[in-house]
Amino acid sequence: MDDARTQMARQFIESLPHCAALGMTLEQIGDGEAEILMPYSEKLIGDPETGVIHGGAISALMDTCAGASVMSHPKAGFATATLDLRIDYMRAAKPGATITAHAICYHVTRAVAFVRVSATDGASDVPVAAATGAFTVERGKS
Amino acid sequence: MSRPKPEPVQVVKERRDAALADLVARVPYISFMGFEFERRGDELTGVMPYRPDLIGNPMLPALHGGALAAFLEVTALISLSWSMAWPRIEAGDTGDILPKFPKTIDLTVDYLRSGLPRDSYARAEITRAGRRYASVRVEAWQDNRARPTVQAMGHFLMPEPVA
Repeated sequence: MDDARTQMARQFIESLPHCAALGMTLEQIGDGEAEILMPYSEKLIGDPETGVIHGGAISALMDTCAGASVMSHPKAGFATATLDLRIDYMRAAKPGATITAHAICYHVTRAVAFVRVSATDGASDVPVAAATGAFTVERGKS
Repeated sequence: MSRPKPEPVQVVKERRDAALADLVARVPYISFMGFEFERRGDELTGVMPYRPDLIGNPMLPALHGGALAAFLEVTALISLSWSMAWPRIEAGDTGDILPKFPKTIDLTVDYLRSGLPRDSYARAEITRAGRRYASVRVEAWQDNRARPTVQAMGHFLMPEPVA
């Protein structure tokens, strides 16, 4: 993906109201891969006893990152929507840590884009969560 | 033979509503997202009032899929915790009767229609609540109950029971 398109994708993702509300920043995008960061914030806490952020916020991050990877795939168009997303929560995210989501759009057909996403907090090699999803592809793009 | 006089309805309602409010207030993320819970007897309905910062596609416009997924997950978790606390609430137990929250193991979200910029509602159905694991089906809709926006199936790890 050239710099102009990367810049456009960055502005687009970061301007999405819900992504801005969660403080997401796009780190990298291109050729069917994307990386998005979400810094720790007290308003995202799901368990006040431990300070661990809520799974819902991580779902939103992974959904966004998966969608971004589809947008950047050469065979898919810019517009896409989630068909389904299955999220596995492997462990609690470390309180205070920024969560990094990395998505790979590994296959695109005329109608469907298939994506794998993982979310890490830098505290362990085991991701916090992993997801697989199917996304829509614009008609006539592939 | 005389059975004890039933408690006044207002006392019962206040006790149930206070327990529900306590449960929901424990999670900062719920207030950040603006989720609310309405109660009829033991049945809960989650409400996600529309807010511009829930939008994920400004062109359509449509709600962010992640916000909807979060709404379903929160509705499932609150409904599970509520069902665990319910017998204690009904028994009139005082003190800390609310259990720890279950942990989400996995959640499969099925996006059926794009989320309109309107309020959303959700109800969870606990298909199985075992000692260690629970399976929950949850569905959200907007204007029309017969046309769900998203549905999900999730598995949850149950907390240790409150002593």
